[in-house]
Amino acid sequence: MKYFLLACLGVFALGVLSLFIGVSDVTPMTLLDPATSTHAFEMLMVSRVPRTLALVLAGAALSVAGLIMQMLVRNRFVEPSTAGTVESASLGLLVVMLLAPGLPVILKMLVAAAFAMAGTAVFLGILRRVPLRSEFIVPLIGLMLGGVIEAGTNFFAFRYDLLQSINAYMIGDFSAILRGRYELLWISFGLTCVAYVAADRFTVAGLGQDFTTNLGLDYRKVMALGMVIVSLVTATVVVTCGVIPFLGLVVPNIVRLVIGDHLRRTLPWVALLGAALVIACDIVARLVIAPYEIPIGTIMGVIGSGLFLYFLLRRRGYGE
Amino acid sequence: MIEVSNVTKSYGGSEVVRGVTSSLPANGVTSIIGPNGAGKSTFLSMISRLLPMSSGQVTVDGMDILTADGDAMAKKLSILRQDNHLTARLTVRDLVAFGRYPHSKGRPTSEDLAHVERSISYLGLDNLTHRFLDELSGGQRQRAFIAMVLCQDTKYVLLDEPLNNLDMKHAVAMMQLFRRAADELSKSVVLVLHDINFASCYSDLIIAMRDGKLVRQGAPAEIVTTANIQEVFDLEARVEIVEGRSIVHFYL
Repeated sequence: MKYFLLACLGVFALGVLSLFIGVSDVTPMTLLDPATSTHAFEMLMVSRVPRTLALVLAGAALSVAGLIMQMLVRNRFVEPSTAGTVESASLGLLVVMLLAPGLPVILKMLVAAAFAMAGTAVFLGILRRVPLRSEFIVPLIGLMLGGVIEAGTNFFAFRYDLLQSINAYMIGDFSAILRGRYELLWISFGLTCVAYVAADRFTVAGLGQDFTTNLGLDYRKVMALGMVIVSLVTATVVVTCGVIPFLGLVVPNIVRLVIGDHLRRTLPWVALLGAALVIACDIVARLVIAPYEIPIGTIMGVIGSGLFLYFLLRRRGYGE
Repeated sequence: MIEVSNVTKSYGGSEVVRGVTSSLPANGVTSIIGPNGAGKSTFLSMISRLLPMSSGQVTVDGMDILTADGDAMAKKLSILRQDNHLTARLTVRDLVAFGRYPHSKGRPTSEDLAHVERSISYLGLDNLTHRFLDELSGGQRQRAFIAMVLCQDTKYVLLDEPLNNLDMKHAVAMMQLFRRAADELSKSVVLVLHDINFASCYSDLIIAMRDGKLVRQGAPAEIVTTANIQEVFDLEARVEIVEGRSIVHFYL
């Protein structure tokens, strides 16, 4: 608990730091100087605070979504971007662009969530039918499924000249976050809280169907609850800031190595570390080619794929 | 009492368990024996609601296992299958504590914690409580699973090959533990066993299966005979009485 509070303070400090990074002149000095404070304060409230909040909310929720998925699929290598979930959400957005471009953003998100859920269901359906001789097969199937869906999305996006619009969703980017354009992410925060309340159910489900039934829980209900949370979180994040790849994979695995899989204990850490990693990546994204920005999805892709490889190649523990 | 009536399981056209009718007592140690492929594990999985049956009915103290509330059933009957492979990284204590889930719903009371401590020490896991399961040997892990099931504190405890991976010393200790659970806490322990001599020495009741059918049921002294071994296992063996128990010699 002491460590957790310390870590919270650390993330808070990181968040404050991220408030003062950017092109426009917002620093503690300009905020205090009467000549510039009005403008600086407005910048802070309209752009910087929403951006940092969006980073925290998206980072925490996506990491927790990855954690839940790993428990329910019982595989350490799945997360929304290695299971076809993210690609299905994007397909949903393309369908909205084609058929009902004027839809309010919340309905767009719900359509994307419905597609995400369907895509994840297809993924789980394939897993049930394929003999899983190695745990690496699971993310491979997910990546292939995601690739197929993405190819279909790209084909139709190309046909209807929407490639650029859809690509904006495919690569995570927080540079367009302003007040009024990130509030949807509070939904994913709410879902993260729901996940915490149901943490023990997810841990039990992570022991497998037999253990779950033995302990008196309805396995299918727990699975359904988890998949609804994962799909909604994925959809809200993709709609507001785009795909942040590998986040849900890297963060839970780091936490697992240190404190294991008891979700009641690990879930707050996963949320916190996810937020911290996204803030840090966003700071890097804003600094490397300042005054321009690299999309955070790119930075996360580089760091995340490196860590993903590390976990794949890491030697397994005794007795496995 | 677990009443099993005319339970059948078929895959495609072949029947793995064929019309088994029996009743398992509310108290004591019951062992299910039989050759490979006799349907023992399938039978155990069906009476513990892990596997749907093709036809038939099972009631536990009058509650139909298919319609009874899952939570109520989890307080009455617990089951451990063989070959439990966990991907979740939990410590021994966390795993055992999850055995209390039907009672505690994740918020353990001091009574729940006392159960956890007792199960851990019954199975000699005191030194391993903070170790992760993936850091244990097969036998240690098996003992942790059994501690979890005992911690659930149900009247009926069903275990599929609980002696798997255990050395001789731990196997004997395990059977003695089941005996004590039956005698002192008046539980009903139902085991699928491969070692017929353990079944003979520690059971009150033996059920013998072959080709999906229940072929013999009775006290060890009636079941463990040369003629029955021949019929159930298709094996010529000698049966001797040692200290009042029937012991099967089949090594030579």
